[in-house]
Amino acid sequence: MSRDWEVVIGLEIHTQLATRSKIFSGASTAYGAAPNTQACLVDLGYPGVLPVLNEQVVRMATCFGLAVHAEIARRSVFARKNYFYPDLPKGYQISQYELPIVGRGELFIEDDDGNEKRIGITRAHLEEDAGKSIHEGLDGYSGIDLNRAGTPLLEIVSEPDLRSAKEAVSYMRKIHSIVRYLEISDGNMQEGSFRCDANVSVRPRGQKELGTRAELKNLNSFRFVEKAINFEVERQIEILEDGGTVMQETLLYDSDKDETRPMRSKEEANDYRYFPDPDLLPVEIDDAYIEAVRASLPEMPDAKKLRFMKEYELKIEDAAILTASRALADYFESAALAGGGSAQAVANWVIGDLTGALNKEGLDIERSPVSAAQLAGLVQRIDDNTLSGKLAKEVFDGMWAGEGTADEIIAARGLRQISDSSAIEAVVDRVIQANPTQVAEFRAGKDKLIGFFVGQVMKETGGKANPGVVNKMLLDKLSG
Amino acid sequence: MTALHRRSLVELKSGLASGEFSSVELTETLLARIAGEGAGLNAFITVLADQALVAASAADDARAAGKAGVLNGLPIVHKDIFCMRDVRTTCGSRMLENFVAPYDATLVARLSAAGAVVLGKSNMDEFAMGSSNETSYFGPVRNPWDLERSPGGSSGGSAAAVAAGLVPAATGTDTGGSIRQPAALTNTVGLKPTYGRVSRYGMIAFASSLDQAGVITRSAADAALLLGVMAGFDERDSTSVDVPVPDYSDTLATPVKGLRIGIVRQHFDEGLESSCRSAVREALATLEAQGATLTEVDLPNLDYCVPTYYVVAPAECSSNLSRFDGVRFGYRAEDPRDLLDLYCRSRGEGFGAEVKRRIMTGTYVLSAGYYDAYYLQAQKVRQLIADDFARAFAEVDVIAGPTTPTPAFKLGDKTDDPITMYLNDIYTIGANLAGLPAMSLPCGMARQLPVGLHLVGPHWSEARLLQLAHQYQLQTDWHLATPEAYA
Repeated sequence: MSRDWEVVIGLEIHTQLATRSKIFSGASTAYGAAPNTQACLVDLGYPGVLPVLNEQVVRMATCFGLAVHAEIARRSVFARKNYFYPDLPKGYQISQYELPIVGRGELFIEDDDGNEKRIGITRAHLEEDAGKSIHEGLDGYSGIDLNRAGTPLLEIVSEPDLRSAKEAVSYMRKIHSIVRYLEISDGNMQEGSFRCDANVSVRPRGQKELGTRAELKNLNSFRFVEKAINFEVERQIEILEDGGTVMQETLLYDSDKDETRPMRSKEEANDYRYFPDPDLLPVEIDDAYIEAVRASLPEMPDAKKLRFMKEYELKIEDAAILTASRALADYFESAALAGGGSAQAVANWVIGDLTGALNKEGLDIERSPVSAAQLAGLVQRIDDNTLSGKLAKEVFDGMWAGEGTADEIIAARGLRQISDSSAIEAVVDRVIQANPTQVAEFRAGKDKLIGFFVGQVMKETGGKANPGVVNKMLLDKLSG
Repeated sequence: MTALHRRSLVELKSGLASGEFSSVELTETLLARIAGEGAGLNAFITVLADQALVAASAADDARAAGKAGVLNGLPIVHKDIFCMRDVRTTCGSRMLENFVAPYDATLVARLSAAGAVVLGKSNMDEFAMGSSNETSYFGPVRNPWDLERSPGGSSGGSAAAVAAGLVPAATGTDTGGSIRQPAALTNTVGLKPTYGRVSRYGMIAFASSLDQAGVITRSAADAALLLGVMAGFDERDSTSVDVPVPDYSDTLATPVKGLRIGIVRQHFDEGLESSCRSAVREALATLEAQGATLTEVDLPNLDYCVPTYYVVAPAECSSNLSRFDGVRFGYRAEDPRDLLDLYCRSRGEGFGAEVKRRIMTGTYVLSAGYYDAYYLQAQKVRQLIADDFARAFAEVDVIAGPTTPTPAFKLGDKTDDPITMYLNDIYTIGANLAGLPAMSLPCGMARQLPVGLHLVGPHWSEARLLQLAHQYQLQTDWHLATPEAYA
């Protein structure tokens, strides 16, 4: 990217709130049901029906607002956004416009240089989702599935504070982690529970006014956000450097072709004619309610990270990785608290082997075949020298395969490490005697050969000898 | 002995209770009148003869089993704006000509649960937009007092049916006077309760912040009986209010002595036809003679009621009626070329002229650039109007005046000029803008046509309005006057 241009990005993240029923009706929000089986008369916009606000969404929005240190509006108002579209049953979407429930807030991300950077949150408002139009496989007809109509969404709008695609992704990950911590959204991006629109513009570095922005619609993965923004930034710079002007337009990112292109617009020059919805009362929230919600908030990622660094003496990078998701943090913490082993060792195992194995199988931490207690048992056996690192990996594989606890596997497979010096000494002596050339070279100063001797001893003991003991004994004898 | 079709609900209730007649007999009598004398009025869009007889028979059985509800076996009619399960609900529009509602409105469910027998669905102005019943897709309703004249609107079918003795009581809805104005023009009692008193769930919305369901009856006592069943909080309507429902019949007998009645000077100026003025003045004198006091009160923003209403109501209607798009229910144009054609023709062919006029007005006042000047400004004025009423009610218990500026006008007289038509609601609209309970009751004749006395009270004062009306009806017989052809 050219150095002369500054990128300015703001994100609008739509997160589906994890309520059991819809925002204004009692219909279920469960994903994946047969088309139109989860739409009641209210969702269908039948004549005479009225919306009734699901109280849970107010609590969830309040949770989010508190988590990003935002102002919670004592009075917020639902408004109607009027437009015609077949998957919008009432001909208007109930949203919040002038008076959203969550006002200005902030969060902190790491910028491209690794420094902490504040990102402003403009607002977050509640709204209902529309249904889904289906254009394929219906013999030239279009189908409408209204199961999603009325699903509660929290739309989180950032300030244009983001300066690169990477920052945008890092901000989006942070929001994702917050809503998952709060358990107000499942954050499932494949199912569309967490998606975003990006407003992207560029301007000559140093210029105050913002450039003309393009809006990238419906980005539903972190990777697409990054790729779409990068593509769009390049496109805009190219236009400007060729002396052209960027059009304000709505673009769709095509992940197959890795390009953005203008949307077949359903909202060309739309005037939404917002006005307060007369069917719903303003939402009034008092201090007592806010305090009750605040008291119910879980520990948030940043606070947890600091605590992990302090209480478990973890490195900052490790603490950051472990607290990225509440489930992972909970896993680590219960393993760290369960065993007698060192917390850093537990962290290493969680971040290293366990995460590796989970990724390979496409599992998330909640479905890990190795429980936190099992992992704690493993680390304990490493710490008390029962297992060498190599044996530990074998035991881990056994636990992954469902063979039981570390102790059970050690017993069943006979994997106990040999730390008894007399048993090891015999092997060490044998190895020294059998390799006179290497002994001579070592004594002549070729220190690296220690690895060769250790390897030989381990080979003879089937990997069970305590490497620390072996190492020390070899050094003693070889230098003697 | 009064003929069955002329008896009030209260009288019919005791007749049924004493076994003088059965609900089936009563229902048969009224169905015969609807099909006979009443046919020329065009008061019904749908007559539910078979269904009514089944319900009446069930009510008789319930009574025999000792399980009679408050309204057991009593016949009523619903304005065709209320959804009734498995019954065609048209809202007076071609758009819903064949729409069969899959559920009961809360009001319908409550009245049926109390044992009421529904004889049919009454004619109305299309989507309740009109003051003469002439905007109905199903043709105008005729006023039983003069078939050349309008019964008023939008609840014209309900009012005409009650006035002509086709049914003792009917439900209605009132957004700017749609219960009270037809009541005044047909010599019936019309009650619009406080906004939030009766659930709007299942009532097809015109202007959500103004719409309120109520009743048209031939006596205040009957209105009290029905309101007691209909009123109350409904968890399906967020704008219904959880205020206890008193027994409205209990307080009817309380004398009006000491009640402070407010008179608004502008209500009696040149806009009011002089024959109506004398009828209303005489009614006020009667109340004064009963011990009520008359005080002049000022509603300084009264002149802004009609313009304010004609911004707010169309704005809400333009949005409320968006759901009628030909996609899921209602009228759909034949062979649309594409989506836009489907929308444009379904709505263009399904809606009538007045509905379109209001959708366009409403769309305009909500548009970017006009919102502040119209909608927002109207909401501010609406607040001023509500404040005027609140100030007045600090000094008086009830405000009384004429319901309409003239008696019933001729069909076709005002159809060319919407503004003149709109001015027919000049006295009634304020109560809707302020959410206040109001009623109209017969108080005399002008040019052999009925005149209505209009009462407005503070929020939740329905019991007081009903008491005042009942006490007046104990002293006068205006409410018993009957159009000759329907005696």
